[in-house]
Amino acid sequence: MSQFGPFSYAVTVFLMVAGLYVVIARNNLIKKLVGLSIFQTAVYLLYIAPGKLIGGTAPIVAPGFDTYSNPLPHVLILTAIVVGIATMALGLALVVRIREAYDSIEEDDILREERSPR
Amino acid sequence: MNLAAHLPILPVVVPLISAPIAVLSRRGSVAFVLATAASWAALALAVALWMQIQSQGVISYAIGNWPPPWGIEYRIDALSAFVLVLVAGVAAIVLPYCRRSIEAELPREQHYLFYAMFALCLAGLLGIVATGDAFNIFVFVEIAALASYVLIALGRDRKALVASYQYLIMGTIGATFLVIGIGLLYLMTGTLNLADMRQRLAGVSDMRPVLTALAFITVGMSLKLALFPLHQWLPNAYAHAPSAVSAFLAATGAKVSVYVLLRFYFSVFGAGLVFEVGVGEVLLVLSLAAMFAASAAAIFQSDLKKLLAYSSVAQIGYITLGLSFGSVTGLTASIVHLFNHGITKAGLFMLAGGAVLVMRASSMSRLAGLGRTMPLTSFGIVLGGLGLIGVPGTAGFISKWNLIVAALERSQWWLVFAIVLSSLLAVVYVWRFVEVAYFRDPPESALPRRALPRSMAVAAWVMIAASIYFGLDSSLTLGSAASAAQMLMGARP
Repeated sequence: MSQFGPFSYAVTVFLMVAGLYVVIARNNLIKKLVGLSIFQTAVYLLYIAPGKLIGGTAPIVAPGFDTYSNPLPHVLILTAIVVGIATMALGLALVVRIREAYDSIEEDDILREERSPR
Repeated sequence: MNLAAHLPILPVVVPLISAPIAVLSRRGSVAFVLATAASWAALALAVALWMQIQSQGVISYAIGNWPPPWGIEYRIDALSAFVLVLVAGVAAIVLPYCRRSIEAELPREQHYLFYAMFALCLAGLLGIVATGDAFNIFVFVEIAALASYVLIALGRDRKALVASYQYLIMGTIGATFLVIGIGLLYLMTGTLNLADMRQRLAGVSDMRPVLTALAFITVGMSLKLALFPLHQWLPNAYAHAPSAVSAFLAATGAKVSVYVLLRFYFSVFGAGLVFEVGVGEVLLVLSLAAMFAASAAAIFQSDLKKLLAYSSVAQIGYITLGLSFGSVTGLTASIVHLFNHGITKAGLFMLAGGAVLVMRASSMSRLAGLGRTMPLTSFGIVLGGLGLIGVPGTAGFISKWNLIVAALERSQWWLVFAIVLSSLLAVVYVWRFVEVAYFRDPPESALPRRALPRSMAVAAWVMIAASIYFGLDSSLTLGSAASAAQMLMGARP
């Protein structure tokens, strides 16, 4: 754990910030969703990394093993992945509907069309 | 099997199960009956829980008989019972309203899906309140949020799609912040049970990750409850959603997020830690900004539903203002306002939705002369508006009075001034409606005088009547809020 600890946290923080940056800085609705997905995935790492012990096995009682990785974070993240997939599916479905209604998936175009009366 | 023993989980399970059955039925009418029955059952169960709390205190329920620190615990105390009654009660009254309102706004083949989503949203909101497990809160937050994105996107205008997309982005960031905060707390304590977390936090010597968790949870939930600078998603979402959805979400969605914030502040971190690091001051400044900026924005709206949405942002400011005091009186005011504003705003959105349905437009200019074309409806909107201002005799007065008492308790006279001044801004935006409805002639194209469909009018008037009733007899709401506040601050009654 010790040599991987700071590394995994650095990766987590980098992915989090990068994902959030994409959400804020991009105008394309799909790119925003990609950023959101990266941001959510970074949180999975935040949970999983501390749950893993170097040299630990799966939490199954077997002779010769006495170090186990914590199974709970994995279970939680399984749930979070499902939530993430649902969010992504709904977001993409919304983008499809927005494209049907506005004929564009660029936020600028949509806002411009909102302001100008049809 | 003894059903009473499973009381804490039933309000969540009943709507949750009714949703897939509604989808399988593929019939709008069946789905409507199912969702309505589920919401009334949830209300009955919530009231039963509330009464049980009064007699025996906190109820703990271990799901699947796994004992609390390891298994998932549902924990109902004075605060959660109170919010459960609010959420289930609003759903039980909004659903009968849905029938005619949704018939007019949605194509028939989508009706059963609408009711399924409504039931899911209700289950999610009730789950957030009932559970005593941190990760469970996140999952239910996402269930309620995903269902509400769909509900908002169902609005007739194409702007509803963009509003829903923006809400999805903001809401997901908020929920992810919450889960980061929960993750940090889990790293520090090794538990997800809120009560257990509280005890173990006392023994944590390194406070920095705990403070980081506090920051993440505060920002995440502030996004969800639309605290002032993070409220951008709310006005569009409420204005373009179907009317029944605006009424339901305005009364419950943000309120449940406030509940989560209260739960983490007082049941996990403890009031001492939260107010020591200056959260109170930050909330105070943002609440004041919300009260003034959002009220001012409401004055300049040309769309009735958007005006009400901005007024919601301002009223959420009053709730967080009471929270920022960190005193029992302030907390009582914010909990009672959570309830009072919920029913008032639900009634207002229902009546406004009715007016929009009949007049086929929500812009103020098209609603001109509403006092003549729809006298009862516009009278109801004025009554609700008086509640937003906080005129004595309405529920809004009770909350503002308590807020002022709490400010005086801290001997901050200028705050009293600020509360009264921001109420004057509310007078202005309510007056804008009065002016449009009573002192302007109906436009040429206006339809002849018409009334609301009866089911919609009855449901809306129940809410408006409740907001007047709780303004005259506040013993029930204020008493529950006070005991919840005392419980949160640790001074057990």
